[in-house]
Amino acid sequence: MRPFGLRVLLLVLVLALGLPGRVALALEVQRVVSSGGIEAWLVEDHTVPVFALSVDFRAGTTLDPAGKEGVASLATATMTQAAGDLDNEAFQGRLADLSVSLGFGAGRDNVTGTLRSLSVNRDAAFELLALALSRPRFDAADVERVRAATLTSLARQATDPSSVALRAFYRVVFEGHPYARTPQGSEATVATITPEDLGRFVATQLSRDRIIVSVAGAIAATDLGPLLDRTFAPLPAKAAALDASQPSPPAREAIIVVRMAVPQSVVVFGQNGIKRDDPDWYAATVLNYVLGGGGFNSRLTHEVRERRGLAYGISTSLQPLDQAGLIVGWVATRNARVAETIAVVKREWVRLAETGISDAELADAKTYMTGSFPLQLDSTAAIAGLLLAMQRHNLGIDHLARRDDLINGVTADDVRRVAKRLLDSDRLSVVVVGEPSDVTSTRVLPAEPG
Amino acid sequence: MAVAFRARSRRWLQAVAVAGAMFCGGQALAQGLFNPVTFTLDNGLQVVVLPRARVPAVVHMVWYRVGSADEQAGKGGIAHFLEHLMFKGTPSVAPGELSKIVARNGGRDNAFTNQDYTGYYQTVAADRLELVMRLESDRMANLVLTDAEVDLEREVVLEERRSRTDNQPSALLTEQMRAALFLSHNYRNPVIGWEWEIRGLTRDDALAFYRRHYAPNNAILVVAGDVTVERVRALAVQYYGPIPGREVPPRLRFQESPHQAARRLELRSEQVREPSWRRVYMAPSYSGGGDARHAYALQVLMQLLGGDNTSRLWRAVVVERAIANSASAWYDPRAIDFGSAGLFGQPRQGQTVEAVEAAIEAEIERLLRDGVTEEEVERAKRRMTASAVYALDDLDTGARLFGEALSMGRTVADVEAWPERITGVTVDQVNEAALALFDIKRSVTGILLPAAKPERRS
Repeated sequence: MRPFGLRVLLLVLVLALGLPGRVALALEVQRVVSSGGIEAWLVEDHTVPVFALSVDFRAGTTLDPAGKEGVASLATATMTQAAGDLDNEAFQGRLADLSVSLGFGAGRDNVTGTLRSLSVNRDAAFELLALALSRPRFDAADVERVRAATLTSLARQATDPSSVALRAFYRVVFEGHPYARTPQGSEATVATITPEDLGRFVATQLSRDRIIVSVAGAIAATDLGPLLDRTFAPLPAKAAALDASQPSPPAREAIIVVRMAVPQSVVVFGQNGIKRDDPDWYAATVLNYVLGGGGFNSRLTHEVRERRGLAYGISTSLQPLDQAGLIVGWVATRNARVAETIAVVKREWVRLAETGISDAELADAKTYMTGSFPLQLDSTAAIAGLLLAMQRHNLGIDHLARRDDLINGVTADDVRRVAKRLLDSDRLSVVVVGEPSDVTSTRVLPAEPG
Repeated sequence: MAVAFRARSRRWLQAVAVAGAMFCGGQALAQGLFNPVTFTLDNGLQVVVLPRARVPAVVHMVWYRVGSADEQAGKGGIAHFLEHLMFKGTPSVAPGELSKIVARNGGRDNAFTNQDYTGYYQTVAADRLELVMRLESDRMANLVLTDAEVDLEREVVLEERRSRTDNQPSALLTEQMRAALFLSHNYRNPVIGWEWEIRGLTRDDALAFYRRHYAPNNAILVVAGDVTVERVRALAVQYYGPIPGREVPPRLRFQESPHQAARRLELRSEQVREPSWRRVYMAPSYSGGGDARHAYALQVLMQLLGGDNTSRLWRAVVVERAIANSASAWYDPRAIDFGSAGLFGQPRQGQTVEAVEAAIEAEIERLLRDGVTEEEVERAKRRMTASAVYALDDLDTGARLFGEALSMGRTVADVEAWPERITGVTVDQVNEAALALFDIKRSVTGILLPAAKPERRS
């Protein structure tokens, strides 16, 4: 029945079905420490002969030097163009011939890399990862090509209503802090970045003291150690200091309208939320589910889409950054109904802050959040991503065994308390991009920093 | 391929993109990779089971053999509108409740509409299979609609159209190109419908379409995951079995009219700062639209021509001549009648659309003049088939591939034979397919430009 007779091998991912509406997850996470001291978390699963690796460095776009904003993004996009003795054609050809996918990206607080390979090409795949990390070439033609693509992407973002709205929102809520920047930099700064800048970024930021590694799939723990050493040992031991400045949240409510000739306005709204290590994190996730995170179960979808037909979708999410958290929402509606939509959002913001959630809403949120979680872990890449997040947020290697209890321990009182703390409609920031009727700016959009 | 959804779903958009890549070049299936079990109930419901015990979860899907290409003139968008309305309840499930019940049981659900099919799916823990079968079979036979629900949902669909199409110049251009590509076939119309059509769709239209097309003998049930064939059979008989089969009208299929002239469209928008160029060709599909024997050779052709950044177009236009940010080629054979194929190029800043178009055309001319080499064909085939195993690395990919193929009249064996058929493609077949495809009269060229006359022609 099973292709390739792999069924006999170790099945690591085990889900135990619990009470009705609850599914418990038992996922065996191994801590692998190489002889060179590199640590990785591993879920071994030989069901399918593939594996995925994720690697994270605490070194994001927030560290880009003034005047060189965009260097982390440009460096991560160029690292996989050519490395070691392999020029662009050779490196790309090797990735394609081996069916290896390898990519890096820069977020505000992190540089993340992902590798996926057939296990039959395991060693070659790790070699390509090692080359990209420790010997990227940054050949002039490659840098120019990626820079040109970045400039075009920035130009496109500047006229895309959703991108404009999100960028403006960050500028409002993080005014004066590097988080307010556009991670890709600006057209002016990207133009000034040299291959030497990219080399310096890799040499000073991608270091072993900032590394987190996770692996899932058909790879044995005993094989992983030596591969970790070969791949990551060439990296510098220590990186430059991190910026730990705390952004100060906006003091009052703001509405900002950015005019753009589109039939539908895009609205991004939200305010400061909480960080991942906050003791109220799980209560906040329940709160977010009920408010706007729960799709057709959320109050905002019910009020905005189902009751009023104002939008195709509305959602909110918690965004935990290192120095701050956000609760941020997104909706798009025809220009004539923007004011009404914002009023509905505000009303729900106030209602939740004042009265909290019902016991039924609490129960529904818990069954969904505990039940759907294991269903998302059906691919090696998804599991590797989960292990990376667990390490990044210091959740502990036994987190999966505790996760259901952490969620089920949230009470309606907890949610009420967190709602009062987080949802302050007097400090809600709203950015509208489009041609909304009856909505005007209450303040000027802060300039792009840097 | 256009797909519209009931709810915003990044995961599904990604999944569809991966499936597209799988058949347009990137990744592929190895022989007998899935080994599904199929059977048909007495009422005509076709069932496909893919037992996979990796995680104790199942994906449960029902695909109907009806899509936007089956719509009557003036009623464009009814297939997609009905897909939204299928969540509006039955005598035993209140409007909007289905998704809430699934979520309360820890599952996720959504639905999608394409030109040739409409599908509904839930991903749940394995012991919730019976629950979702009860809900899905209930709405196969017992949909209830009120005017109030229909009127509200019409506004939602109009907002969906604004989000996906009207607010996005590249989507508007793609829609216009498709309308120009097909002169008379229904594939010319967008899946979501034109705005004027959506505004005119009524409760009666939806119910008539539902009664005409939603029957067990016009559907395919696919279940993948931690379940046995016996269990699926027993539950399917229990829940879908009692729904009587009905006569379903033959699928409405239009002829396409002769193409005598290449078409060229320009869309200018204030939202565009960087111009781009694309061309789409009418092509054979797996089963129709001309010479279907080219369907596999065309996948190999478009992979080596522009499937990734080692391809001919990328090397020549993006790397060597360095005049474009990207240059690519694609082919999609997944349709009942005509497939489509296309080329794309985006100039670097300071370069012109004309220069990129000329460079891409020069590569096509070279291809038609000199043909492809044995080495590049073998390399493309190896890459396409080697990554087949990735299709096993999640729960939905297999379910989706079989649901899609069967809803278009293809077979389980067709899907399983994909790697073998790709491997069998020869240099001569690729050259022949290239000559058949690249007929400018069967193409539409689309150019996206900034609103103001730019100074880029210097």
